[in-house]
Amino acid sequence: MAKVKGRVTFQEDLCKGCGLCVSVCPVNIITLDNEKINAKGYHPATVTDMDKCISCANCAMMCPDLVITVERLTN
Amino acid sequence: MAIVFKKTRGLTDVPTHYCPGCTHGIIHRLVGEALEELGVLDNAIGVAPVGCSVLAYKYFNCDMHEAAHGRAPAVATGIKRVRPDNFVFTYQGDGDLASIGTAEIVHAAHRGEKISTIFVNNAIYGMTGGQMAPTTLVGQKATTAPYGRDEAHCGKPIRMSELLATIDGAKFVERVTVTSPAHVRKAKKAIMECFKVQIEGKGFGIVEVLSTCPTNWGYTPEESLRWLEENMIPYYPLGNFKRPEEVE
Amino acid sequence: MAKVLMKGNEAIGAAAIKAGCKYFFGYPITPQSELPEYMARELPKVGGVFLQAESEIAAINMVYGAAGAGVRVMTSSSSPGISLKQEGISYIAGAELPCVIVNIMRGGPGLGSIQPSQTDYFQATRGGGNGDYRLVVLAPANVQELVDLIIEGFDIADQYRNPVMILGDGMIGQMMEPVEFREPKRRDLPEKDWATTGTQGKRKPNIINSLYLQPEELEEHNKRLQAKYKAIMENEVKVESYNIEDADVVIAAYGTTSRIARTAISQLEEEGYKVGLIRPITLWPYPYDEFEKINPNCKGILTVEMNTGQMLDDVKIAVKGKHPVYFYGRTGGMVPTPNEIIEKVKEIYGGEK
Repeated sequence: MAKVKGRVTFQEDLCKGCGLCVSVCPVNIITLDNEKINAKGYHPATVTDMDKCISCANCAMMCPDLVITVERLTN
Repeated sequence: MAIVFKKTRGLTDVPTHYCPGCTHGIIHRLVGEALEELGVLDNAIGVAPVGCSVLAYKYFNCDMHEAAHGRAPAVATGIKRVRPDNFVFTYQGDGDLASIGTAEIVHAAHRGEKISTIFVNNAIYGMTGGQMAPTTLVGQKATTAPYGRDEAHCGKPIRMSELLATIDGAKFVERVTVTSPAHVRKAKKAIMECFKVQIEGKGFGIVEVLSTCPTNWGYTPEESLRWLEENMIPYYPLGNFKRPEEVE
Repeated sequence: MAKVLMKGNEAIGAAAIKAGCKYFFGYPITPQSELPEYMARELPKVGGVFLQAESEIAAINMVYGAAGAGVRVMTSSSSPGISLKQEGISYIAGAELPCVIVNIMRGGPGLGSIQPSQTDYFQATRGGGNGDYRLVVLAPANVQELVDLIIEGFDIADQYRNPVMILGDGMIGQMMEPVEFREPKRRDLPEKDWATTGTQGKRKPNIINSLYLQPEELEEHNKRLQAKYKAIMENEVKVESYNIEDADVVIAAYGTTSRIARTAISQLEEEGYKVGLIRPITLWPYPYDEFEKINPNCKGILTVEMNTGQMLDDVKIAVKGKHPVYFYGRTGGMVPTPNEIIEKVKEIYGGEK
């Protein structure tokens, strides 16, 4: 089965740095960006290795603040 | 290139005031998605009573009433009785529904009001800063139960879903949670089914959603999910308590 | 228009339906229960809805919901029940919702009695709920006026987007008098484009709300409310006066008590006494200016109420110390008699005529 590829976009300034998306990502590519502070003053969530994303949307499921949009890239 | 997940039209663009990791945000999203997917968003009138989620009147993208603490089911009754063709829902916290508003929710269910209630149970009063609620667990600490809730002093927490399921007018009663993607998907299914019960004019429906309060529980958002699973679910079992015979 | 003999409480229901009110949320309490009973019988006949709520608190919140959804709606109760509704009334005033609330007053405080009284004057005119809000308070003296004020009350409520309270008492609720249902004066009433009817995808959401967490916003909101109340004070005062320009003693009384005063006055006139009457019909906005017309060398104003002196304060405000103000009242559900009022007037006269 060809590997499903996906992409997520984070509206960084809506993120409250709660981290609920981090633990549910099956490929562990989400972390809180400790180098950056967003408009709300939080460390926003970000993706470290987009290539691994399988667009399962677990992260978006758990996000309380509508930060995440998930796209499936048809290969 | 297909979008598999994006913001629902059921919510406005107003960023919420909820604390980081508070699962109100997830529940709001599920309600917004359900309203949109069932095609009732533009015909919906919601009622948001006092509590953390009173500001939901800014977040749901439909006509809204802000209501007095505990009185949302009565306000919703007044709306539905004069506008029976509109979709009417209430979004209430546990301090609101299970304490000051118990009479209103019991009688709305008893009358079989054709409204839908989303009941967010986080076992504490959030907006006012962490006081004990009727749903606070035995032993759980709160600012008005500093030594932990003492059953001998103020009884055991109240299980509203089980209580309301005994009422004939309540045609749909289910308790869910949102502590994992799987749970979130199940919660969405329950909310959709509950809303359909109103759309099909069958009577009163309620979904109790066990929810977190990281700030007042004193845990991180992540720890709060685990605390809920380990402590609240055993006392508030998940599942459906009532559904009409066939909901096509 | 043929007159119909009707009991006050039922005449209220008939008048409300005549005014296009199709929705009523109530709760049983003596001495007003005939009204919800009437609405339970009659509203279904006109495609309306009567609902008995689980409490007066629920009932007023149902009114809040229905009014916010843009329909004419009414509730009624009696004194202790009206106390339960105070928070809801404050919300309705804060959210600027039109509705009619009927209080058929009974003896208080607490559970009190079931006989007539006027002991809720302060609560009605000063506000029993929280915040700087006002109700338009209308006080009928007979069943015909009760009917007229109900019908006009709905127009006033819609014109100003404000709750209107009809302040009756056990007597006016229970007695029967012939009535006819007349058209009120024409008013051009604004569209209810603020009501929650579902956006239907055609407009931004309407929000019925009284919460303003920013103090600047709430102060602005209060300024708008005060401007509205000023307009009401300028345009909606109703008062009836009798012979106050050259009276030696003027009686101030409202509602059914004013009729007892009229009987006393006619007897006194036969004995050569010159006695006048000021009868406020709107208790808010109060007819303060009317008191300017009183005979400058009148011996005093006698306020007569079925309480221990509440409108008395407004009379003192109106008189501004120009005349002595006296009070006579019965309370607990006791009703003053003409003779008691006659004795009091003679006392004020001080013997000579």
